[in-house]
Amino acid sequence: MADDPLVIAGREFGSRLVLGTGGASNLAVLEQALLAAQTELTTVAIRRMDTGARTGVLDVLRRHGIEPLPNTAGCRSAAEAVLTARLSREALGTSWVKLEVIADDRTLLPDPIELLDAAEQLVEDGFTVLPYTNDDPVLARRLADAGCAVVMPLGSPIGTGLGIRNPHNIEMIVAQAPVPVILDAGIGTASDAALAMELGCDAVLLASAVTRAEDPPRMAEAMRLAVQAGRHARLAGRIPQRFWARASSPDP
Amino acid sequence: MTVIVNGHSWELPHGATLADVLERLGAPSCGVAVALDGAVVPRASWPGTALWEGASVEVLTAVQGG
Repeated sequence: MADDPLVIAGREFGSRLVLGTGGASNLAVLEQALLAAQTELTTVAIRRMDTGARTGVLDVLRRHGIEPLPNTAGCRSAAEAVLTARLSREALGTSWVKLEVIADDRTLLPDPIELLDAAEQLVEDGFTVLPYTNDDPVLARRLADAGCAVVMPLGSPIGTGLGIRNPHNIEMIVAQAPVPVILDAGIGTASDAALAMELGCDAVLLASAVTRAEDPPRMAEAMRLAVQAGRHARLAGRIPQRFWARASSPDP
Repeated sequence: MTVIVNGHSWELPHGATLADVLERLGAPSCGVAVALDGAVVPRASWPGTALWEGASVEVLTAVQGG
Protein backbone atom coordinates (compact mmCIF):
# COMPACT_ATOMS: atom_id res chain seq x y z
CA MET A 1 0.00 0.00 0.00
CA ALA A 2 2.97 2.29 0.57
CA ASP A 3 3.44 2.78 -3.17
CA ASP A 4 -0.25 3.41 -3.79
CA PRO A 5 -0.80 6.98 -2.63
CA LEU A 6 -4.03 8.91 -2.95
CA VAL A 7 -3.36 12.06 -5.00
CA ILE A 8 -5.66 15.05 -4.61
CA ALA A 9 -4.85 18.23 -6.52
CA GLY A 10 -1.24 17.10 -6.87
CA ARG A 11 -0.85 16.32 -3.19
CA GLU A 12 -0.08 12.76 -2.01
CA PHE A 13 -1.66 11.03 0.95
CA GLY A 14 -0.58 7.63 2.25
CA SER A 15 -3.94 7.09 3.96
CA ARG A 16 -7.17 6.56 2.07
CA LEU A 17 -9.29 7.07 5.16
CA VAL A 18 -10.39 10.60 5.98
CA LEU A 19 -11.76 10.60 9.52
CA GLY A 20 -13.96 13.57 10.36
CA THR A 21 -13.86 15.05 13.85
CA GLY A 22 -17.62 15.50 14.34
CA GLY A 23 -19.55 13.66 17.02
CA ALA A 24 -16.71 12.70 19.39
CA SER A 25 -17.68 12.89 23.05
CA ASN A 26 -14.35 14.39 24.06
CA LEU A 27 -11.01 15.39 22.63
CA ALA A 28 -9.03 12.57 24.23
CA VAL A 29 -11.18 9.89 22.57
CA LEU A 30 -11.04 11.79 19.28
CA GLU A 31 -7.27 11.94 19.46
CA GLN A 32 -7.01 8.17 20.04
CA ALA A 33 -9.39 7.51 17.15
CA LEU A 34 -7.49 9.79 14.76
CA LEU A 35 -4.26 7.99 15.61
CA ALA A 36 -5.83 4.52 15.25
CA ALA A 37 -7.26 5.54 11.86
CA GLN A 38 -3.82 6.83 10.76
CA THR A 39 -5.68 9.56 8.95
CA GLU A 40 -3.70 12.41 7.38
CA LEU A 41 -6.63 14.69 6.60
CA THR A 42 -9.61 15.45 8.82
CA THR A 43 -12.65 17.69 8.62
CA VAL A 44 -13.40 20.55 10.99
CA ALA A 45 -16.39 22.91 11.07
CA ILE A 46 -16.28 26.71 11.27
CA ARG A 47 -18.44 28.20 14.02
CA ARG A 48 -18.82 31.33 16.15
CA MET A 49 -16.12 31.75 18.74
CA ASP A 50 -17.78 32.38 22.08
CA THR A 51 -15.98 34.02 24.96
CA GLY A 52 -13.72 31.47 26.53
CA ALA A 53 -13.99 29.03 23.63
CA ARG A 54 -10.79 27.18 22.81
CA THR A 55 -9.64 25.79 19.51
CA GLY A 56 -8.85 22.47 21.14
CA VAL A 57 -9.35 20.40 18.04
CA LEU A 58 -6.76 22.39 16.10
CA ASP A 59 -4.21 21.82 18.85
CA VAL A 60 -4.75 18.06 18.58
CA LEU A 61 -4.34 18.13 14.80
CA ARG A 62 -1.22 20.30 14.98
CA ARG A 63 0.33 17.96 17.53
CA HIS A 64 0.05 14.99 15.17
CA GLY A 65 0.60 16.73 11.84
CA ILE A 66 -2.95 15.98 10.63
CA GLU A 67 -4.15 18.41 7.98
CA PRO A 68 -7.45 20.17 8.82
CA LEU A 69 -10.02 20.24 6.01
CA PRO A 70 -12.60 22.90 6.89
CA ASN A 71 -16.18 22.19 5.82
CA THR A 72 -19.17 24.39 5.13
CA ALA A 73 -21.54 22.22 7.17
CA GLY A 74 -24.84 23.87 7.98
CA CYS A 75 -24.85 26.15 4.94
CA ARG A 76 -28.12 26.26 2.97
CA SER A 77 -27.20 28.49 0.05
CA ALA A 78 -24.29 29.03 -2.29
CA ALA A 79 -23.73 32.53 -0.87
CA GLU A 80 -23.52 31.21 2.69
CA ALA A 81 -21.14 28.41 1.70
CA VAL A 82 -18.86 30.73 -0.25
CA LEU A 83 -18.60 33.13 2.71
CA THR A 84 -17.92 30.24 5.11
CA ALA A 85 -15.19 28.91 2.79
CA ARG A 86 -13.56 32.33 2.63
CA LEU A 87 -13.67 32.60 6.43
CA SER A 88 -12.13 29.14 6.80
CA ARG A 89 -9.35 30.10 4.41
CA GLU A 90 -8.64 33.15 6.55
CA ALA A 91 -8.83 31.23 9.84
CA LEU A 92 -6.83 28.16 8.84
CA GLY A 93 -4.66 29.41 6.02
CA THR A 94 -5.84 26.66 3.67
CA SER A 95 -7.59 27.02 0.34
CA TRP A 96 -8.94 23.46 0.58
CA VAL A 97 -12.60 23.19 1.49
CA LYS A 98 -15.10 20.39 1.92
CA LEU A 99 -18.10 21.99 0.27
CA GLU A 100 -21.46 21.12 1.81
CA VAL A 101 -24.68 22.88 0.87
CA ILE A 102 -27.55 21.17 2.63
CA ALA A 103 -31.20 21.25 1.51
CA ASP A 104 -32.96 20.58 4.81
CA ASP A 105 -32.37 19.34 8.36
CA ARG A 106 -34.34 16.15 8.06
CA THR A 107 -32.42 14.53 5.21
CA LEU A 108 -29.23 16.64 5.26
CA LEU A 109 -29.08 15.85 1.55
CA PRO A 110 -27.07 18.19 -0.68
CA ASP A 111 -28.98 20.88 -2.59
CA PRO A 112 -27.58 20.14 -6.06
CA ILE A 113 -28.33 23.53 -7.62
CA GLU A 114 -26.78 25.59 -4.81
CA LEU A 115 -23.88 23.10 -4.58
CA LEU A 116 -22.87 23.46 -8.21
CA ASP A 117 -23.22 27.25 -8.03
CA ALA A 118 -20.99 27.40 -4.93
CA ALA A 119 -18.45 25.00 -6.47
CA GLU A 120 -18.12 27.18 -9.57
CA GLN A 121 -17.63 30.34 -7.50
CA LEU A 122 -15.04 28.75 -5.21
CA VAL A 123 -13.03 27.19 -8.06
CA GLU A 124 -13.01 30.62 -9.70
CA ASP A 125 -11.74 32.09 -6.42
CA GLY A 126 -8.80 29.66 -6.33
CA PHE A 127 -10.11 27.10 -3.85
CA THR A 128 -9.39 23.38 -3.99
CA VAL A 129 -12.99 22.18 -3.75
CA LEU A 130 -14.00 18.79 -2.34
CA PRO A 131 -17.80 18.71 -2.77
CA TYR A 132 -20.11 16.49 -0.74
CA THR A 133 -22.65 15.40 -3.33
CA ASN A 134 -25.59 13.12 -4.01
CA ASP A 135 -24.96 9.67 -5.47
CA ASP A 136 -25.93 11.13 -8.85
CA PRO A 137 -23.51 10.37 -11.71
CA VAL A 138 -24.69 13.38 -13.72
CA LEU A 139 -24.16 15.85 -10.87
CA ALA A 140 -20.79 14.27 -10.08
CA ARG A 141 -19.72 14.82 -13.68
CA ARG A 142 -20.90 18.42 -13.61
CA LEU A 143 -18.90 19.07 -10.41
CA ALA A 144 -15.77 17.55 -11.92
CA ASP A 145 -16.30 19.60 -15.10
CA ALA A 146 -16.58 22.71 -12.92
CA GLY A 147 -13.04 22.06 -11.68
CA CYS A 148 -13.60 20.32 -8.35
CA ALA A 149 -10.54 18.40 -7.13
CA VAL A 150 -12.56 15.31 -6.19
CA VAL A 151 -16.20 14.27 -6.00
CA MET A 152 -17.60 12.94 -2.73
CA PRO A 153 -20.89 11.08 -3.23
CA LEU A 154 -22.90 9.93 -0.24
CA GLY A 155 -23.54 6.27 0.49
CA SER A 156 -26.68 7.23 2.42
CA PRO A 157 -27.73 10.30 4.43
CA ILE A 158 -25.29 11.78 6.98
CA GLY A 159 -25.25 9.99 10.31
CA THR A 160 -27.67 7.21 9.32
CA GLY A 161 -25.14 4.39 9.14
CA LEU A 162 -27.26 2.85 6.36
CA GLY A 163 -24.20 2.06 4.26
CA ILE A 164 -24.17 2.30 0.46
CA ARG A 165 -27.79 2.26 -0.72
CA ASN A 166 -27.06 2.49 -4.42
CA PRO A 167 -23.79 0.71 -5.20
CA HIS A 168 -24.45 0.83 -8.94
CA ASN A 169 -24.59 4.64 -8.92
CA ILE A 170 -21.28 4.75 -7.06
CA GLU A 171 -19.77 2.44 -9.70
CA MET A 172 -21.06 4.68 -12.48
CA ILE A 173 -19.60 7.76 -10.77
CA VAL A 174 -16.25 5.99 -10.44
CA ALA A 175 -16.36 4.79 -14.07
CA GLN A 176 -16.59 8.27 -15.51
CA ALA A 177 -14.90 10.49 -12.93
CA PRO A 178 -11.73 12.25 -14.13
CA VAL A 179 -10.90 13.05 -10.47
CA PRO A 180 -10.68 10.91 -7.32
CA VAL A 181 -13.97 9.69 -5.82
CA ILE A 182 -14.33 9.77 -2.04
CA LEU A 183 -17.32 7.97 -0.53
CA ASP A 184 -18.68 10.43 2.01
CA ALA A 185 -21.50 9.83 4.50
CA GLY A 186 -23.62 6.87 5.46
CA ILE A 187 -20.88 4.43 6.44
CA GLY A 188 -22.06 2.40 9.45
CA THR A 189 -19.46 -0.31 9.89
CA ALA A 190 -16.26 -1.70 8.44
CA SER A 191 -17.86 -3.76 5.67
CA ASP A 192 -19.45 -0.58 4.26
CA ALA A 193 -16.03 1.06 4.01
CA ALA A 194 -14.57 -2.05 2.36
CA LEU A 195 -17.45 -2.11 -0.14
CA ALA A 196 -16.82 1.53 -1.06
CA MET A 197 -13.25 0.70 -1.95
CA GLU A 198 -14.25 -2.50 -3.79
CA LEU A 199 -16.63 -0.41 -5.91
CA GLY A 200 -13.61 1.64 -6.96
CA CYS A 201 -13.72 4.65 -4.68
CA ASP A 202 -10.30 6.19 -4.07
CA ALA A 203 -10.94 6.95 -0.40
CA VAL A 204 -13.59 6.98 2.31
CA LEU A 205 -14.64 9.89 4.50
CA LEU A 206 -16.53 9.04 7.68
CA ALA A 207 -17.07 10.43 11.16
CA SER A 208 -20.13 9.23 13.09
CA ALA A 209 -19.42 5.55 12.43
CA VAL A 210 -16.26 5.97 14.49
CA THR A 211 -16.94 8.84 16.84
CA ARG A 212 -20.35 7.49 17.93
CA ALA A 213 -19.28 3.83 18.14
CA GLU A 214 -19.08 2.33 21.61
CA ASP A 215 -15.31 2.07 21.27
CA PRO A 216 -14.21 4.79 18.81
CA PRO A 217 -10.48 3.96 18.67
CA ARG A 218 -11.24 0.31 17.96
CA MET A 219 -13.74 1.19 15.24
CA ALA A 220 -11.17 3.59 13.74
CA GLU A 221 -8.72 0.70 13.54
CA ALA A 222 -11.42 -1.47 11.93
CA MET A 223 -12.11 1.24 9.33
CA ARG A 224 -8.42 1.61 8.53
CA LEU A 225 -8.10 -2.12 7.91
CA ALA A 226 -11.37 -2.24 5.93
CA VAL A 227 -10.26 0.57 3.62
CA GLN A 228 -6.95 -1.21 3.03
CA ALA A 229 -8.68 -4.57 2.46
CA GLY A 230 -11.18 -3.05 0.05
CA ARG A 231 -8.42 -1.29 -1.88
CA HIS A 232 -6.42 -4.51 -2.18
CA ALA A 233 -9.52 -6.41 -3.35
CA ARG A 234 -10.26 -3.75 -5.96
CA LEU A 235 -6.71 -3.82 -7.34
CA ALA A 236 -6.53 -7.63 -7.15
CA GLY A 237 -9.51 -8.02 -9.48
CA ARG A 238 -12.33 -10.07 -8.06
CA ILE A 239 -13.71 -13.21 -9.73
CA PRO A 240 -16.88 -12.80 -11.74
CA GLN A 241 -20.10 -13.81 -9.98
CA ARG A 242 -21.62 -17.06 -11.33
CA PHE A 243 -25.07 -18.58 -11.04
CA TRP A 244 -23.94 -22.25 -10.76
CA ALA A 245 -21.14 -23.78 -8.75
CA ARG A 246 -17.67 -24.28 -10.20
CA ALA A 247 -15.42 -26.82 -8.47
CA SER A 248 -12.03 -25.67 -7.30
CA SER A 249 -10.72 -29.23 -6.82
CA PRO A 250 -9.80 -31.46 -9.79
CA ASP A 251 -12.36 -34.00 -11.00
CA PRO A 252 -12.13 -37.32 -9.11
CA MET B 1 -22.16 52.84 20.23
CA THR B 2 -23.78 49.43 20.00
CA VAL B 3 -22.13 46.73 17.89
CA ILE B 4 -23.42 43.17 17.40
CA VAL B 5 -20.73 40.59 18.11
CA ASN B 6 -21.67 36.97 17.37
CA GLY B 7 -25.32 37.90 17.89
CA HIS B 8 -24.81 39.75 21.20
CA SER B 9 -25.06 43.52 21.70
CA TRP B 10 -21.84 45.12 22.88
CA GLU B 11 -21.38 48.71 24.03
CA LEU B 12 -18.09 50.03 22.65
CA PRO B 13 -16.50 53.49 22.69
CA HIS B 14 -16.47 55.43 19.46
CA GLY B 15 -13.37 54.63 17.44
CA ALA B 16 -13.23 51.01 18.62
CA THR B 17 -11.70 48.67 16.03
CA LEU B 18 -12.03 45.01 15.12
CA ALA B 19 -8.77 44.40 16.97
CA ASP B 20 -10.42 45.72 20.17
CA VAL B 21 -13.28 43.24 19.76
CA LEU B 22 -10.88 40.34 19.23
CA GLU B 23 -8.86 41.31 22.28
CA ARG B 24 -11.97 41.53 24.47
CA LEU B 25 -13.08 38.11 23.20
CA GLY B 26 -9.71 36.66 24.14
CA ALA B 27 -9.25 35.31 20.64
CA PRO B 28 -6.14 33.20 20.08
CA SER B 29 -3.44 34.45 17.74
CA CYS B 30 -4.29 31.94 15.02
CA GLY B 31 -7.24 29.89 13.80
CA VAL B 32 -9.72 32.78 13.86
CA ALA B 33 -11.54 34.62 11.07
CA VAL B 34 -13.70 37.74 11.12
CA ALA B 35 -16.63 38.85 8.99
CA LEU B 36 -17.86 42.45 9.21
CA ASP B 37 -21.38 42.95 7.84
CA GLY B 38 -20.99 39.73 5.85
CA ALA B 39 -17.56 40.36 4.31
CA VAL B 40 -14.29 38.74 5.34
CA VAL B 41 -11.75 41.11 6.91
CA PRO B 42 -8.15 39.83 6.77
CA ARG B 43 -6.24 39.72 10.03
CA ALA B 44 -3.81 42.44 8.92
CA SER B 45 -6.72 44.87 8.61
CA TRP B 46 -8.22 44.31 12.08
CA PRO B 47 -6.35 47.14 13.89
CA GLY B 48 -7.21 49.67 11.19
CA THR B 49 -10.88 48.77 10.82
CA ALA B 50 -13.00 51.14 12.93
CA LEU B 51 -16.52 49.99 13.78
CA TRP B 52 -19.77 51.91 13.55
CA GLU B 53 -23.18 51.97 15.24
CA GLY B 54 -25.07 48.77 14.37
CA ALA B 55 -22.11 47.00 12.74
CA SER B 56 -22.36 43.22 12.82
CA VAL B 57 -19.19 41.31 13.65
CA GLU B 58 -18.86 37.53 13.37
CA VAL B 59 -15.81 35.92 14.93
CA LEU B 60 -15.34 32.31 13.88
CA THR B 61 -13.00 29.46 14.59
CA ALA B 62 -12.59 25.77 13.84
CA VAL B 63 -14.50 23.29 15.97
CA GLN B 64 -15.10 19.53 15.76
CA GLY B 65 -17.35 18.69 12.86
CA GLY B 66 -17.93 16.83 9.62
